[in-house]
Amino acid sequence: MGSHHDEYQVQRGKILTKPFFVLLALVVIGFSLIAYRFFAGVGAVTGLSDGYPWGIWIAYDVATGTAFACGGYALALLIYIMNRWKYHPLIRSAILTSVFGYCLAGFSVMVDLGRYWNAYGFFLPQRWQGNSVMFEVALCVMSYSMVLIIEFLPAVLYTLEHSKWRRVREWANWLHPRLIPDTETLQSGLNAVSKVAGHVQIRLDKILIFFIVLGMTLPSMHQSSLGSMMIIAGDKLSPLWRTGFLPLLFLLNCIFIGYATVMFESILSSYGFKRKFEVHELAGIARIVPWIAGIWMTVRFGDLLWRQQLPNIFAFDLNSCFFLLEVALIGGGGFLLLSNKNRHSPRLLFVSAALLMLGGGLYRFNVYLIGFNPGPGWSYFPSTAEFLITAGIIALEILGYMVLVKIFPVMPNPKKHYEVEEQEALHPVGDAVPGNVYAGK
Amino acid sequence: MRSQSRRDFLKLLGLTGAACLAGTGTLSAAEGPAGSETAIAMLYDATKCVGCKACMTACKRVNFDQNNLSYEHLGSDKDQLWDAPLDLSGNTRTVIKLYKESPTRWSYVKHSCMHCTKPGCVSACPVKAMTKDSVTGVVSYNKNACIGCRYCQVACPYGIPRFQWDKAIPQIVKCDFCKETNLKEKGVPACAETCPAGAITYGKRKDLLVEAHRRIEESPDRYIPKVYGEKEVGGANHLYLAAFPFNKLGLPDLKEASPAEFSEHIQHTIYKGFIAPVALYGALAVIAMKNKKGQEKLGHGEDD
Repeated sequence: MGSHHDEYQVQRGKILTKPFFVLLALVVIGFSLIAYRFFAGVGAVTGLSDGYPWGIWIAYDVATGTAFACGGYALALLIYIMNRWKYHPLIRSAILTSVFGYCLAGFSVMVDLGRYWNAYGFFLPQRWQGNSVMFEVALCVMSYSMVLIIEFLPAVLYTLEHSKWRRVREWANWLHPRLIPDTETLQSGLNAVSKVAGHVQIRLDKILIFFIVLGMTLPSMHQSSLGSMMIIAGDKLSPLWRTGFLPLLFLLNCIFIGYATVMFESILSSYGFKRKFEVHELAGIARIVPWIAGIWMTVRFGDLLWRQQLPNIFAFDLNSCFFLLEVALIGGGGFLLLSNKNRHSPRLLFVSAALLMLGGGLYRFNVYLIGFNPGPGWSYFPSTAEFLITAGIIALEILGYMVLVKIFPVMPNPKKHYEVEEQEALHPVGDAVPGNVYAGK
Repeated sequence: MRSQSRRDFLKLLGLTGAACLAGTGTLSAAEGPAGSETAIAMLYDATKCVGCKACMTACKRVNFDQNNLSYEHLGSDKDQLWDAPLDLSGNTRTVIKLYKESPTRWSYVKHSCMHCTKPGCVSACPVKAMTKDSVTGVVSYNKNACIGCRYCQVACPYGIPRFQWDKAIPQIVKCDFCKETNLKEKGVPACAETCPAGAITYGKRKDLLVEAHRRIEESPDRYIPKVYGEKEVGGANHLYLAAFPFNKLGLPDLKEASPAEFSEHIQHTIYKGFIAPVALYGALAVIAMKNKKGQEKLGHGEDD
C-alpha cells in the first residue's frame, strides 16, 4: 500500500433514494421472470426458435454488454501501457462498471443456458474442446470476472480496515438483547476484520500488478474471440459483417467503446451525484478515441472493398440500413471528438460518447442478430419478458454501481486532479468510511 | 520513455492485427476428413421416395426413450391421436416434406442431420457434447455433457440441431444414425431399414458416392447432375439425389469451404501453442512494470 489514499473517495449521500427504488422494482420484475424461466423453459419467456437460437440475452447482455464493460480494460491500457497516470483516479469507477458488466453477462448466460447444471463441464479438462471459440470466450470471461473482482478488492479492503462500522453497531444495539450476546465480542470481531483486511491489503498490493496485466490480456483475448464466434455461422451471417477480420474489428471496437463508456459514465455520475465534471481527464481520453474509431473504420471499409461488398452498402434493405446507421453513429461520435473545443464541453463529450456506445454496440448487435439470417421461415423479435429480464439486469448494474460508490472509495477525488473551488471535498463522508479520509490505492 | 512505451503498445496492437490477418491465409490446423475410408453414410434418393413417412415413424419409435422425444399434435387434432410433425423439432429427428412446383411436378424430401465431414456443431461445442466418430463419421450428441448453449444451432449450415424450447430440462435433438439403438442392434439405421421404396440406401460413404454417380449417369433425365452432400462445406455423410435443384427442396446452396475450418484456422493461428497470449502477457507486464516504476519515482514515492 503506497503512501497515498487520496485518489478516490466515497460518494456521500443516502443509499435509499428514489432512483434506488425505481431500479429495484425493475430488478424484482426481471428476476421474477428469470425464476419463471427455470420452471417453464427458455421457450416460455423468449421469442427464440431453432432458427434464432440466440436473442438479445446473448446479443445485448453478453456481446454488447461486455463491450460497454471494457472501460476498465481500455483505461488500464492507457494508464499502464501508454503511461498516462493522470487518468488513474478514473480507474476504480471504470473497474466497478466492468465488474457489473462482466459478472452480469456471466449471469445472463446462465439464464440463457438450457442445461446450466452441466456448466461445471468447463472445469473438467476431459470436456475441454479447444477448437470451440465459445470455450475460449467462456474461460476468459470467467477468469476476467474474477480478475476484475480482485482489482476492485483494494477498495473493499480499505473500507473494511478503516470503517467505524457505524451501521453495524446500530443494528447490533437494536438486536442486542435477542441475538448478539455482548458488544465486547462484536467489538473484537470487528477489530479482527479490520486487522485482517489491513494485512491482506498489503499483500495484495504487492501482486496486484500481475492481476492488472492479466486484466489487459484476457479482454484482448476474449473480445477478439467474441468476433470470431460468429465466423462459424458462415453464410447465415450477412456478408456486410461476415469477415475474417471480425476478431480484429471486435477488439478495436471494444477499446473505443471502453473509452466512450468511461466518458459517459463519468459525466453521468458527475451529473447524478452533483460532482464537478472531470473535463480535463475526459478531454485527454477523447483525443484518442477518433483515432481508434478511425482505424476501425479503415479496416471495416478496406475489408468491404476487398471482398467487393461496397455495392451492398447502398442496397437499402434491412441490413444495409442497419449498416449505415452503425457507421453513421460511430463516424458521428468520432467526428465530434476531432475538435478540441468539443472535447472540453461536457455536453458534447456526453453526446459523442453516447453515439459511440450506440454505434459500437449496434455493430455487435448487427453481427449477432440483425445480420444473422438462418434462412426462410424464421423470424425473431424479443418477447416482452425477454426485454424485461434484460432491463432487470441493466437495472441491477446501475443499482449496484449507485450503492457501491456510496460504500466504497470509488469515485475520483476531485482534489487530486484539479483545483476545487468549493471545499466539498473536505467532507466526502459516506456511510462506511469516516470523514476526511480519502481512500484508495 | 512515454513515447517509447506508446510505440511498444502500437507494435503490440500491430502484432495482434497481424495474427488476425494470418488467420485468413495459410496456416492450417485442420485434420483430414475423418475416416474417409471407413465412414458410413446414407444415400437418400428423392426420386424414389413415395412420402409414406414410415422412416419418421420408425425413427421416433426406435429413439423414443433415449431422446425423450414426444409426439406432436396439430392444433386441429382435438383428440390428440396423431403424431403429425411439420418440421424437425425438439421432438422429431427426421421429417419428410413435400415440395410442389406444379400439380404435376413435385418431390418429397427428407430432412435430418447431414453428418458433415467437418461438422460446425462439433467445432462449436465448448464441452464436447457434439462429437464425430473418427471411424464411422457419425456425429452424435451427449446430453450429459451439453450445457444447452445452442452454439451448435448457430454453427450448423443446414439448421439441423433442434432444442426443446418448452421444457425446463431440455436437450438438443438431432439424428445420430441410430448409433445407440437400431444401428447397434441391427447394423442399420431405423429409417433405412424401414423404407419400403428403396429411397434410403445405407452403406460405406465411398461406395454410396460411386452408386450415386452411377445412377446419375444411367438416367440423366431423372436427376439433376449433382450429388448433394458430396462437397458441401467439406462434404457430408448424408448424400442426396433429386430431380430438382436442391435449394428448392430446402437444402441450402453452400460453398465447399467449411466455415468451421475457417474459424478454427483463425483461432489456431492466434492461439497456436498458447504462445501469443503468453507473449502478450509478458510484453504487457514488462511495459506496465517499467511504467509503474517510473511513475513511482516521478510521483515522489507515491505508488500507482
